[in-house]
Amino acid sequence: MFELTEDQKAIVEMVADFAAENIAPYAAAWDRDHHFPVDVLAQAGELGMGGIYVREDFGGSGMSRLDAALIFEELSKADPTIAAYISIHNMVAWMIDRFGNDEQRAAWVPQLCTMEMLGSYCLTEPGVGSDAAALSTRAVLDGDSYVLNGTKQFISGAGTSGVYLVMARTADTGSAGITAFLVPDGTEGLSFGALEAKMGWNAQPTRQVVMENVRIPVGNRLGEEGTGFGIAMKGLNGGRVNIGACSVGGGQSALDKSVAYLKEREAFGKPLIGQQALLFAIADMETELEIARTMIWRAADALERGTADTVRLCAMAKLVATDAGFNAANTALQLHGGYGYLSEYGIEKIVRDLRVHQILEGSNEIMRLVIGRLAVEK
Amino acid sequence: MKIAVLIKQVPDTAEERILDPGSGRVDRGASDPVIDEITERALELALAVKDQDKSTEVVVVSMGPADTAKSIRKALSMGADSGIHVLDDLLAGADLVLTARMLAAALRETGADLVIAGNESTDGRAGMLPAMVAEHLSLPMLGSLVSAEIGSGSVSGRRQNESGTQEVVATYPAIITVTERFPEARFPNFKGILGAKRKPVETLSATELGGETRAASTVLEVSKRPARTAGAKITDDGNAAAELVDFLASRRLI
Repeated sequence: MFELTEDQKAIVEMVADFAAENIAPYAAAWDRDHHFPVDVLAQAGELGMGGIYVREDFGGSGMSRLDAALIFEELSKADPTIAAYISIHNMVAWMIDRFGNDEQRAAWVPQLCTMEMLGSYCLTEPGVGSDAAALSTRAVLDGDSYVLNGTKQFISGAGTSGVYLVMARTADTGSAGITAFLVPDGTEGLSFGALEAKMGWNAQPTRQVVMENVRIPVGNRLGEEGTGFGIAMKGLNGGRVNIGACSVGGGQSALDKSVAYLKEREAFGKPLIGQQALLFAIADMETELEIARTMIWRAADALERGTADTVRLCAMAKLVATDAGFNAANTALQLHGGYGYLSEYGIEKIVRDLRVHQILEGSNEIMRLVIGRLAVEK
Repeated sequence: MKIAVLIKQVPDTAEERILDPGSGRVDRGASDPVIDEITERALELALAVKDQDKSTEVVVVSMGPADTAKSIRKALSMGADSGIHVLDDLLAGADLVLTARMLAAALRETGADLVIAGNESTDGRAGMLPAMVAEHLSLPMLGSLVSAEIGSGSVSGRRQNESGTQEVVATYPAIITVTERFPEARFPNFKGILGAKRKPVETLSATELGGETRAASTVLEVSKRPARTAGAKITDDGNAAAELVDFLASRRLI
């Protein structure tokens, strides 16, 4: 389990090459200009990154959850924002592949896998975040169609995506009354809020998704009525592992930059790396990231095999990895001194980008809630 | 159509490359082995033909130590159909003459219509191997092309040097060599990577290919490149411009 196969090594090498050539050199400019590089996403899609763990019959890459974690870590070393975006897109592609019927899979999965079409995950609402089961977007059956009304908040890719996977209420029975729907771009009544100004993640758009009498055919319902919350949570299990892998990649990149800087920068007559206090900081970053990586791999393995403790392990991996990644980036900024605060050195961007990983895909407080409840239920 | 591509595994140009002073050979442990950039472009050209016509068969041929298998596998993951690995401890330290003879023997077996090679490698840079192979196989060679048009019965291309441009053409079977002016190689996709190990790689020994296995030349001495020295300085006493023009002209830079 802890030794990568030849195939996995070749995959990591390819993704690293791709990211070093097509993402890393542009990441700072995309962040500065708030540019969403859909052309580069399509290139990633051509290589198989749009549906990494989607079945092969409709164009997926048919790979494992561990493969995905390795890929996201590698992408994130170049740019956490792009890596995280691709991870969300993969979550959507997988949900349609896993819970859709063959008709729905044939209609959506192929172009999501090539990333010619992008997908957005729409769960959170302006007044409903952690308490997702309380969501209020409503879907009403009317003949052979559903009519959706409501607003989704913090939606990655909104305004650019071709399909929105929307969780909406079909009955007033809490989480059991939630149903998943596929809303295509261009549907009448579907509109988007203004581009949100954010601390980080500037290379991907975040907007509200607003639905006013959006009418979609019954055939766009993903799974049965009332199964939406389960579908959303199952998608998030993978999302948590993937976002954790993105944090490890960003943190690793910040650590690598720090080691190089401390070796080069001299103060008090010798390179900074000669200061034991700073060496210890490197040791802590290295250790915390390796703990996180180990946890990510274990959770990915549980997810792959569908073990009983999947939810618990995915929550732990997300908690540990997003904290470790952010702490490593923040320490890296401190180790770089004033230069860490300058955009040019690329550290402050990692700090800004990784900060949100502790909040989304279920905040780290919700991770503790999940882990704690499972611990006391035993 | 069948296209054979000669690829070479070389030390990564992005890293420090070291010659072992004792043997005069490349220290293969000193840097990561990669497919030579120019031969990777040669492969890209063959794969672009295959993109247009799926019936095209692309076989990569390489001679080198055991870990050359890694480069062959990468070529297969990029889209080549099969590989031939000329592998024999007897061939360690092979020179151009021996390498050319072995590769020619391996290529003869492929029955390829077209052989594509790089005009030179990024490590040895002799730039002579493809011509030697062409001699062994009695094939026409279009060397150092900057562009190529691969047709069904013939290949044409453009060759450029300081004295002009040549348009050249050869009917199959033929050898062409490409330069760095050709498009960069593609990335292998996940399906390619996962499918590479199911593609056939034939290993051929020196005995199977026949003939002498001793290198005809010996490295007598290896010395480090001297440190860079300062260039010539022209002091302007009235005819600096003329001196500068002479300097550039003598190096065919203008």
